[in-house]
Amino acid sequence: MFRDMSTVIWKEIKEIFGQRGRFKGGKVGILVFLAVFGIFLPLQNGPDWIRSPLVMIYWAWIPFLLASGVVADSFAGERERHTLETLLASRLTDRAILAGKIGAAVLYAWGLTLICVLAGAVAITAVHGQGRILFYAAPIAAGIAGLTFLVALLASGLGVLVSLRAATVRQAQQMFSVAFLLMFIPLFVLPMLPAAVKARLLLAVSGLNAATAALVVVLLLAVADAVILLVADSRFRRNRLILD
Amino acid sequence: MSETVIRTIKLGRDFKTVTALEGLDLEVPAGIVFGFLGPNGAGKTTTIRLLLGLLEPTRGRAEVLGHDVASHGSEIRALSGALLEQSGLYERLSAADNLEYYGRIWRLSEADRRARTRELLTHFGLWDRRAEQAGLWSRGMKQKLAVARTLLHRPRLVFLDEPTAGLDPVAAASLRDDLAGLAAREGTTIFLTTHNLDEAERLCHRVAIIRAGRLLAEGPVEELKRGPTAPATDVRGRGFTPAVIGRVGALAGVDRVDSADGALTVFWNRTADTSALLRALVDGGAVVDELTARKATFEDAFLKLVKNETQEDPACSAI
Repeated sequence: MFRDMSTVIWKEIKEIFGQRGRFKGGKVGILVFLAVFGIFLPLQNGPDWIRSPLVMIYWAWIPFLLASGVVADSFAGERERHTLETLLASRLTDRAILAGKIGAAVLYAWGLTLICVLAGAVAITAVHGQGRILFYAAPIAAGIAGLTFLVALLASGLGVLVSLRAATVRQAQQMFSVAFLLMFIPLFVLPMLPAAVKARLLLAVSGLNAATAALVVVLLLAVADAVILLVADSRFRRNRLILD
Repeated sequence: MSETVIRTIKLGRDFKTVTALEGLDLEVPAGIVFGFLGPNGAGKTTTIRLLLGLLEPTRGRAEVLGHDVASHGSEIRALSGALLEQSGLYERLSAADNLEYYGRIWRLSEADRRARTRELLTHFGLWDRRAEQAGLWSRGMKQKLAVARTLLHRPRLVFLDEPTAGLDPVAAASLRDDLAGLAAREGTTIFLTTHNLDEAERLCHRVAIIRAGRLLAEGPVEELKRGPTAPATDVRGRGFTPAVIGRVGALAGVDRVDSADGALTVFWNRTADTSALLRALVDGGAVVDELTARKATFEDAFLKLVKNETQEDPACSAI
């Protein structure tokens, strides 16, 4: 299973980096992303960038952005380019194909996020270090690594699930965008809540310390990941994909 | 007695209200090229999908390489190779990477992948261009690459859906030789669908003809040619007036008479009676320059089978 999964990941990553687009393949686009999110934004914030726990919130969005750029293509792209049926006619199991597709998106989104995280620390050290190495505190570094992994898994699982049902890459991207917007619903709903409810919520949140809050978020994400993976696994059926 | 690689028993498949395949009974022995022919929408692709375990049968059952298609599709796919309607190539990857990917999927060792890739690409004349993106290639080159990918892991059974479509005549002939050699040398069974009846006649040891999801005939090409094909006689000459044509048409055993460009073709529904035909023509006042018995072609047999079926069963046009 793991060997087959890594075969699918090999091909997916090869295709992502071999894309011929406006940026001479995916490589230049990735360098631009790295420059903006890994160097420019950390430098704008200065040394606080690596000291504040709030930086975890910033990094948590990055895998979502990265995954959204590639994951819609996973099945819808294969279907659109007529490669899906040949893949399904191979010896690969359903689970190996699905895990390979999700794994490739996670590897890409999480891997690049971690590179950006490291680039941020290197940039801060180079400009503000004065001979010392400035790096995230261990709990913050672990938080960033864990949180970004869970977000990458969530975005990849959700994207693959959407891509499984979409007829074209464009449709998958549109559906994924809608799913992305749904995540902002609490931000729209919150101001509309009655003042008493808002006050109670604020009291509950302010009562949490940073570690507890992070743990709650991690747990919620882990549950969401598990649900998405289970749903994707149950939706992936060869004969249904052939007929689609 | 040779091993049976594919066996279907009353195999059927419905898609909602449409019956795509009905009561298919087939036996394909090992090591032959088996042609599966039929007009568009006949059920050829559905049959391949069923045999690969990609679709579940609605009725009946099928065994491929000793495995039941409904319950052991993964075993069947592990032992076979398939070139389906679309070439299935990753156009953003190079030709070599396309083969590398499928070599990994089939778990060939690194050395075997390299050797086999070189062997197949060299054979198809693509080795020097292996680093190019497959998407930039001509259709014929892509088709050759797809065939190479299908044969990469030396499968025991190969499903080929229109493999020579898009190939130039030289490449198509070369591929036909390769496929015939593969069956003869390595005992690989080839299940081939094609619209090219000449190709089927040259290549296939046995053929099955289906239409509207039903098997019309199955057997060696020579046998099918003899079967439903009416004997015909071509007549060249002058004076083929409507009266003469009517006279010929009234002869016992004549099925129909076609007239074009000063020539007649007389189709018989039994053994041709050439002397009676000649007498009728001369008595009618026609001048006969040449009278030849037409050799039955596979195309005649195929068209006759398919057209007969259409006339007998108007519902056939539903698919």
